[in-house]
Amino acid sequence: MEKRVTFRGWLLPILLIAPQIVISLIFFFYPAAQAVWQSLFIPDPFGLSARFVGLGNFEFLLSDPFYRASFFTTALFSILVTAFAMVPALFLAVLADRLIKGSSVYRTMLIWPYAVAPAIAGVLWLFMFNTRVGLASWYLGQFGYDWNHVLNGGEAMGLVVLASAWGRISYNFLFFFAALQAVPRSVIEAAAIDGAHFWRRFFTIVLPLISPTTFFLLVVNVVYAFFETFGIIHTITAGGPQQSTTILVYKVFADGFVGQDLGSSSAQSVILLFVVGLLTVIQFKYIEKRVHY
Amino acid sequence: MKKTLLSILTVAATLLAPVSAIAQTEITFWHAFTGRLGELVKAQVADFNASQDDYVVVESHKGNYSETLNAGIAAFRAGEQPVILMVYEVGTATMMATGGAIKPVYEVMAESGAVFDPDAYIGAVKGYYTTTDGDMLSLPFNSSTPVLWVNRDAMKAAGVNPDTDMSTWEQVDDVLTQLKAGGAECPLVTAWQSWIHLENFSAYHNVPFATKDNGFAGLDTELKLNGKAQVAHLSKMAEWAKDGKFIYTGRRNEGGANFRAGECALFTESSAGYAGISSEAKFDFEVRHLPYWKSITRSPQNTIIGGASLWVMANHSRDEYKGAGAFLSFLSRSDVQAEWHQNTGYLPITIAAGDATRASGFYDKNPGTDVAVIQMTAKQPTANSKGLRLGSFDQIRGIIDEELEAIWSGNKTAQQAMDSAKRRGDALLRRFESANR
Repeated sequence: MEKRVTFRGWLLPILLIAPQIVISLIFFFYPAAQAVWQSLFIPDPFGLSARFVGLGNFEFLLSDPFYRASFFTTALFSILVTAFAMVPALFLAVLADRLIKGSSVYRTMLIWPYAVAPAIAGVLWLFMFNTRVGLASWYLGQFGYDWNHVLNGGEAMGLVVLASAWGRISYNFLFFFAALQAVPRSVIEAAAIDGAHFWRRFFTIVLPLISPTTFFLLVVNVVYAFFETFGIIHTITAGGPQQSTTILVYKVFADGFVGQDLGSSSAQSVILLFVVGLLTVIQFKYIEKRVHY
Repeated sequence: MKKTLLSILTVAATLLAPVSAIAQTEITFWHAFTGRLGELVKAQVADFNASQDDYVVVESHKGNYSETLNAGIAAFRAGEQPVILMVYEVGTATMMATGGAIKPVYEVMAESGAVFDPDAYIGAVKGYYTTTDGDMLSLPFNSSTPVLWVNRDAMKAAGVNPDTDMSTWEQVDDVLTQLKAGGAECPLVTAWQSWIHLENFSAYHNVPFATKDNGFAGLDTELKLNGKAQVAHLSKMAEWAKDGKFIYTGRRNEGGANFRAGECALFTESSAGYAGISSEAKFDFEVRHLPYWKSITRSPQNTIIGGASLWVMANHSRDEYKGAGAFLSFLSRSDVQAEWHQNTGYLPITIAAGDATRASGFYDKNPGTDVAVIQMTAKQPTANSKGLRLGSFDQIRGIIDEELEAIWSGNKTAQQAMDSAKRRGDALLRRFESANR
């Protein structure tokens, strides 16, 4: 028999959710509506005049082969960042979970990078891989590898992926670690008695049991890769070389906040909104089916 | 120290005695300078405030160049704009095109009754910020121009005579070959590639960078950076890049670190690099004129400036404009300018300030600091060398950077890359034109 707690009347429940609704309206729906509205205009930066162009901004963007190419760049970047942020985090969490002594020390140290601001992280990685004075590029040079991310697009992509994923590993680690701790020991012990070795137990018991966390992290990390990485890209590559690290949100930032082209920037935000909306629907519709709560 | 103390006292005085200050008009001034430059700006403001009782200039730092411009724009939209806003040269067209947001400096000066003689300003400096009719729209504040920096020790180490004439790129070409043969790992490096090797290159060789007098004569301008001269220069640089004679380090001034560390022999960079290079370089360095191609021009034109100017924003009171006028004419005073020029390495904005600096013996004590001044003032600027006024110029520079990277990596020829830059840049210029019609 399911127990339901219900409110009598409407006033109290509405009052209780009102703050959240108001915050969403002011900080999410209102700006989103503004972006959609502004995407129909070519305004001057000072807001003195705006020319209505209908879907002209979208036409301008989508007819630009460089803009279309940045969809592919974004997809590649997001997949790589998500993978590099989640897989090592899970691996580290599994190892930390197995520790008997000193696990809190490891835990603390693994969480540290999360405290570093994205732009600072960008500068740190940039410094390590500086083509001339960087420590990492010097070691690579010792092995005969000529590191040059200012001209090599693949290396530039690798570097921004690494810098973006690095801080994120800590965040993911925290969630994975908590999820692993919540897996009932008895189930694992039963499997162990049946003779299942560690990795078999991991893939058949642990992984399915932590799948809600994994799914949550997947959504959160994709959103991170889409929206929060422009600081890192701005400091490391500024979208280059050529356009090899120009992801969609970086172009929104560069066109809107540096280039003052608010019409195009708004149109790009709207496109991005659709892309992410679509992705989230796909994630919830297809991937969530395989999640066991 | 005395100045810092003075500025602290001024600030303290303004904070502590708002009532006793009888009808002092506050002039807000937003700028983009931190560190040593920020201190120098603070000192200028404190000196001005101490020099008279009618106005108080209140300066505040609003982030880097583009952040400051953004802050100004956002403030204007909210009706909270400062009286004076610092805008970098790339934002000039944005400020100009928006008639309603600014009050031209020549008008401010005329109305304020301050001493203002447009002819006192160096042509090539003020030209960037004047209309085709000669009206000054904003006051040049910090300006610099590209020069050639030479590491004499690196030249010697590679067995090249450091006194070799490098006035022309033809001569530089020979020197680069010798440097490479002598084992130099980084013969040539550059900062701000688009600014130096396209914008300034075009002005210096008196070829257009864009139609309509580089955008001064109208918004319906088109890029001309795929011209014969530019493509020839970039093709040669591509060759140098392929042979390891020109090392590409990035879109901004990343190359400065390599040069200051003594790795590179030649470095094309702004004259304002003086402060950093003179304090860090542990080698014998020298400033030369930017080279030119003898095959393109027999004697070079002037180079153009980079840096920022001060704009007076619209919708302020008469008193505030009067105060702004007084402050701007204070900044133009030759003693103030000479001090600024000598402390920062930026160009003086008035001819008198340059003369005063020369008379004081500063150039003799700091050889090379006058190269930029001579390079700017040797000739009267032409329509091709007055400056650039292109909308969306920040994005266009981004496009140029991308296309140049395609050249350096060998993906495109110089001609292909510049044709593509023109096509993509023109599309942005048309957008800007329709936004500001």
